[in-house]
Amino acid sequence: MVLKPRREVGFVGYGAYVPRYRLPNAEVARVWMQGQGSTPIKEKSVAGLDEDVVTMSVEAARNALSRAGPVDPNQIRAVWVGSESHPYAVKPTSTIVAEAIGATPYTQAADWEFACKAGTEAIQAAIGFVGSGMARYALAIGSDVAQARPADALEYTASAGSAAYLVGPAREALATFEGSLSYATDIPDFWRRAYQRYPSHGGRFTGQPAYFTHIVEAVRSLMECLGTEPPDYRYAVFHQPNVKFPISVAKQLGFTVEQVQSGLLVNEIGNTYAASSPLGLTAVLDIAEPGDRVLLASYGSGAGSDALSIRVTDAILERQRLAPRTRDYVTRRREVDYAIYARYSNKLVR
Amino acid sequence: MNSVPRNWRLRQQRYRLVGEICESCGVRIFPPRDVCPECETMEQKEVAFSGRGEVYSYSTVYHPPRGFEEFAPYTVALVRLEEGPLVTAQLTDLDSEQVKIGMSVEMVTRRMQSGGEEGPIVYGYKFRPAIQPAAA
Repeated sequence: MVLKPRREVGFVGYGAYVPRYRLPNAEVARVWMQGQGSTPIKEKSVAGLDEDVVTMSVEAARNALSRAGPVDPNQIRAVWVGSESHPYAVKPTSTIVAEAIGATPYTQAADWEFACKAGTEAIQAAIGFVGSGMARYALAIGSDVAQARPADALEYTASAGSAAYLVGPAREALATFEGSLSYATDIPDFWRRAYQRYPSHGGRFTGQPAYFTHIVEAVRSLMECLGTEPPDYRYAVFHQPNVKFPISVAKQLGFTVEQVQSGLLVNEIGNTYAASSPLGLTAVLDIAEPGDRVLLASYGSGAGSDALSIRVTDAILERQRLAPRTRDYVTRRREVDYAIYARYSNKLVR
Repeated sequence: MNSVPRNWRLRQQRYRLVGEICESCGVRIFPPRDVCPECETMEQKEVAFSGRGEVYSYSTVYHPPRGFEEFAPYTVALVRLEEGPLVTAQLTDLDSEQVKIGMSVEMVTRRMQSGGEEGPIVYGYKFRPAIQPAAA
């Protein structure tokens, strides 16, 4: 069941990006709930007028390359972008990103899709691509400008962000890859049909049978295959659609709140969909120390979870400062009200 | 700006700030051109600039030319790149009252034009205030 290539591989670079604008949950509640009721998070990130999955992916990718040391972008044989909000229905995001980072033309550019786990599946594929010897480097990105119908429960959390990982040989890596496992079944918890602007969701399907079952099964099976236990990990990062779910799934699996705290960004930036758990991991790598083990588990509606186990190497210490840290983007904060948010997220017609 | 072939032809300089170094006199050139504006020779080598620079001068646009209405009001600046060339570009990720002559900026790749509902999206360089490290 465990997914692991014969050749040793790891993350050679990583990079984060979060837009500058923040919409407080109190603003959403003010407009639709007369300010009443509980809200799932404090605030969420909002992409600016000139931002989309391409621009956010480019910046995260540049940060990943800055941390990779002397990697020639022409040696990157794959640029893969996972998202559910690619700017074009037909025309790849990945070719634009590859061009902007100088990886063209000898590169396998492609876009990936699977709700909130499109980023981690691109990471797994990149591990296979490098691990098989087909490529020396492959770049995997999770990126989204998530859309939510006005007044829908998702409007409190659907946000924007991007995280990029350059996969390469283990001897150059800041974190080596120990193993991965995916768990997927057909679940009607969340979907968006063609030509629709906003997604729909299946009420009570989103919790126990979807998020919890898939993450718990993926993580338990992975740890069983690797012979690891929760205390073996310094940090654990789970997909974070709200604050409650990742903490609850951590406890079910036997992890402590301390283990998930460092990678839990949702209260400050919202649910960045395909970037959600990958951004949690960039926040952890920003503060990780050599020898730390980290567990990552994504969740994508529809549904599936990819679980990965990595171990941080000595190289981390000199690489962390080579690009802006996740926290630098989180604290670069400009609050907007619902009216500006409506303009920025293209909800106003003129 | 909205010419599809022109946007395609200029993508390297627009996405990555690819300019030139004159191999004869060493001056840095942006945008790329056939003849060096300093020594008038034709030997140039392509180079991607760092994207770091500072605001030399600026103006805020409230009545934009056609094709840029979606971003107005926005600030356009002359940015002195650390390699030397002066580049005209939009500033982004800031409020117009924040702009100061001499402020440090860095290049980002952003949407220049969204092309309505059906057209091609144009991406290119803009500059924003350099990211400050968060307090530890």
